[in-house]
Amino acid sequence: MNFKLKDIVPQLITVTAVVLVFGFFTYNAQINMENRGIDFGYGFLSQESSFDVQFSLIEYDGSHSYFRAYLVGLLNTILVSVIGIIIATILGVIVGVARLSPNYLINKFAAFYVEFFRNIPLLLQIFFWYFAALRALPLPQDAEAIFGVFFLTIKGLYVPAFIWQNFSVFFYSIVAAIIAIIVIRIHAKRVQENQGKQIPVFLISIGLIFILPLLSFLIGGVGISFEVPVLKQLATTSFIYEGGVSLPPELIALTLSLSLYTATFIAECVRAGIQGVGKGQKEAAASIGLTPNQVLKLVIMPQALRIIIPPTTNQYLNLTKNSSLAAAIAYPDLVLVFAGTALMQTGKAIEIVSITMFTYLTLSISISLLMNWYNKKIAIQEK
Amino acid sequence: MSKINLLRPDKNNLNTFLYLGSFLFFISVLDVFLNSFFNLNLTGFLPGFLSFLLPLILGFIGLYFIRIEFSGIKQLDLLNKHINTNNFNAVLSLLIIFVIIKSLPPILSWFVIDASFAGDTKDVCTGSGACWTYIKVWMRRFMYGMYPNAEQWRINLSFIALVLMGSVGYFATDRFKKYLTLYYVVIYPLIAFLFIFFFISGGPVFFDFSYGIIAAILSIIVGFFIPAKYKFYYFLIVPLALYITLKYFIFFEEYVELGKLDGLNWVETGAWGGLSLTFIISFFCLIFCFPIGMAFALGRRSNFPLIRYISVGFIEFWRGVPLITVLFMSAVMFPMFLPEDFFIDKLVRAIIAISLFEAAYVAEVIRGGLQALPRGQYEAAKSLGMGYWKMHIFVILPQALKLVIPGIANTFLALVKDTPLIFVVGLLEIVGMLNLAKTNPKWLGFAMEGYVFAAIIFWIICYAMSKYSYNLEQKYKTDR
Repeated sequence: MNFKLKDIVPQLITVTAVVLVFGFFTYNAQINMENRGIDFGYGFLSQESSFDVQFSLIEYDGSHSYFRAYLVGLLNTILVSVIGIIIATILGVIVGVARLSPNYLINKFAAFYVEFFRNIPLLLQIFFWYFAALRALPLPQDAEAIFGVFFLTIKGLYVPAFIWQNFSVFFYSIVAAIIAIIVIRIHAKRVQENQGKQIPVFLISIGLIFILPLLSFLIGGVGISFEVPVLKQLATTSFIYEGGVSLPPELIALTLSLSLYTATFIAECVRAGIQGVGKGQKEAAASIGLTPNQVLKLVIMPQALRIIIPPTTNQYLNLTKNSSLAAAIAYPDLVLVFAGTALMQTGKAIEIVSITMFTYLTLSISISLLMNWYNKKIAIQEK
Repeated sequence: MSKINLLRPDKNNLNTFLYLGSFLFFISVLDVFLNSFFNLNLTGFLPGFLSFLLPLILGFIGLYFIRIEFSGIKQLDLLNKHINTNNFNAVLSLLIIFVIIKSLPPILSWFVIDASFAGDTKDVCTGSGACWTYIKVWMRRFMYGMYPNAEQWRINLSFIALVLMGSVGYFATDRFKKYLTLYYVVIYPLIAFLFIFFFISGGPVFFDFSYGIIAAILSIIVGFFIPAKYKFYYFLIVPLALYITLKYFIFFEEYVELGKLDGLNWVETGAWGGLSLTFIISFFCLIFCFPIGMAFALGRRSNFPLIRYISVGFIEFWRGVPLITVLFMSAVMFPMFLPEDFFIDKLVRAIIAISLFEAAYVAEVIRGGLQALPRGQYEAAKSLGMGYWKMHIFVILPQALKLVIPGIANTFLALVKDTPLIFVVGLLEIVGMLNLAKTNPKWLGFAMEGYVFAAIIFWIICYAMSKYSYNLEQKYKTDR
């Protein structure tokens, strides 16, 4: 066995240092907690929380447990991240493509957008939208209806609520459509590889995703009606909208600034990806007789996506992490509800901060593992 | 003159189409212009919907008419190529032109025409425009936070001195160029630290912290002259020994007062704030996160599995959590981990937290540079008989760092944009000061002006930095 002292000593020193530091911290923590009469443990999660959260996706009030409060915060974080990711992606792709437009005005407009929003701190943008821009909105009684059903007021955005009958049938029809599309895609790929024939997958997919839910309406007995928000007077000067769904201004400000900010980074990723595909690829594809559509679909996009997706996933992760800035404007996300209110009430700093960090860590690591797997899958296989 | 087909502009009737098209385009732009600048509605007699869309339709027809390929007129061809390639582009171009014309008057009037600049009370702000008086009155607070007015020259002096000393690199002659790295990595941070320590703080806040820094920097400087054989043992023992000596034998608690310059008042870190705090925090975090990040980047590529795992764990941990939770940790959780009588200033805690956080990102950037170097460089260095440290210091790192300068600059940019988050630990830099000023009962209702002001400042800083890093990137691209 080749046993070298020189290989062992540095590792030993490092490990000893790490262990010492952690040991020092744990020792101090123990003494500090003993002195203050705090006991360590996660038992408080099942205790009654006795604080209220303004905006919650699941049923929640003060009589529920701290764990339920954690779930409320987590769901709110996920909600704002998902909405933000969707808007940022759409906006980012549009701006990224616009950056490559031969049209001078569009090009410069997109560049202006990117340079403008990218270079202002996100927190400042959130504050701007929440404290300055959205405060300029009208009061509920003065709000004008948008398309007759939406009301944008200082107290938030009111949208009609869907009232479903037999929602499960509708849901299953959509699931069935998605499964059918996946099957058709796999089949089409096989046909193309074996016989060189192209099946219009896109058209079939669009047809399926519309027709199956439509059938569920006609045959499955799914019904839908809207509940439009109606203005109601509480006192002489106090008005409120009833019915429908209300989105609080915190949520609007947060999604708006998160998606406007992240879209600039996604736009740069998209631009780099499309530019990264060699010009020769396009010309070669055109010269073997593919139509422009086929060139885009079969040659450019698969290669561009390979460059675009990894950094874009990173941006999605950043958006999710940045959504924690919600705490600054009192949107009840994980950090505010759990690391803020719950921590103040229980005083269990170590437990709560560690749970919060661990949650974000799990989220990040699972997404990056997924990304690594995807990267490996789509990487060019050199023979 | 040949037959005119209005649906098919051609070169034979160039003049007709050109005049007709330009006229229509001009009319459409004029309509929007008058509408937005002078509030005149030329097309008011038409039904509402049509009146709204008329400029677009007219402009579109106009652009359609002048879209003649190879017309022979240079300007027209350029125009067509740039904004008028097809119908879709024409509509988009028109929309952008209209949006710009439409949005100019309100923006101009808010920023300049209706804005109030004079006076120093709220009463002068009666117009519909911005109230820049508010910014003027609060300027000192936005720049220096709660730092006493009479002492603010200390901040100014320190920053001016640091900028001057930082620009030394531009004037260095070839003879001194080889010492520049030493200067910027070791001496300059030390001077900057002493400036902030003596001049801006003027008190014992940083003392405990400063022993470590002085010890580290001194031992690095001396370390250059230690023979390679003993370097390892030297760095193992001397910095720690120096720190202990400084702390327990040279500067006794009783002598702490000696650290203060005569006539300078101590200003607590709690009073620091505003834009100057943004600079101080960014500066310190940059200095600290760079060596830490470099160490972990090397650790991640180390051959020793234990060091590698620890580095990977460190990097992935900090990259996986949001900065705000890190600051939360430094505010509420970190004091629990320290002995009870041991107190660390909250600014120092924030700086440590941000430095560790950014160090993980710097580590990943540097790792990218290390990976991008061809294997041949490592092998060549090894074949010359260089050891690990010699190889990295003289061959690998100079090349790798050159590669990652843009990445480092981007990380630093992110760091500057992250500084407002320190409101979590109760420090108020410019955005925090804005939020404080906004709630002042004498100055309610000027949130917009404040945020616009801060946005402009941050935008200038960040844009200049991103352009600078882009230029560096271009420069080093051609070098390789």
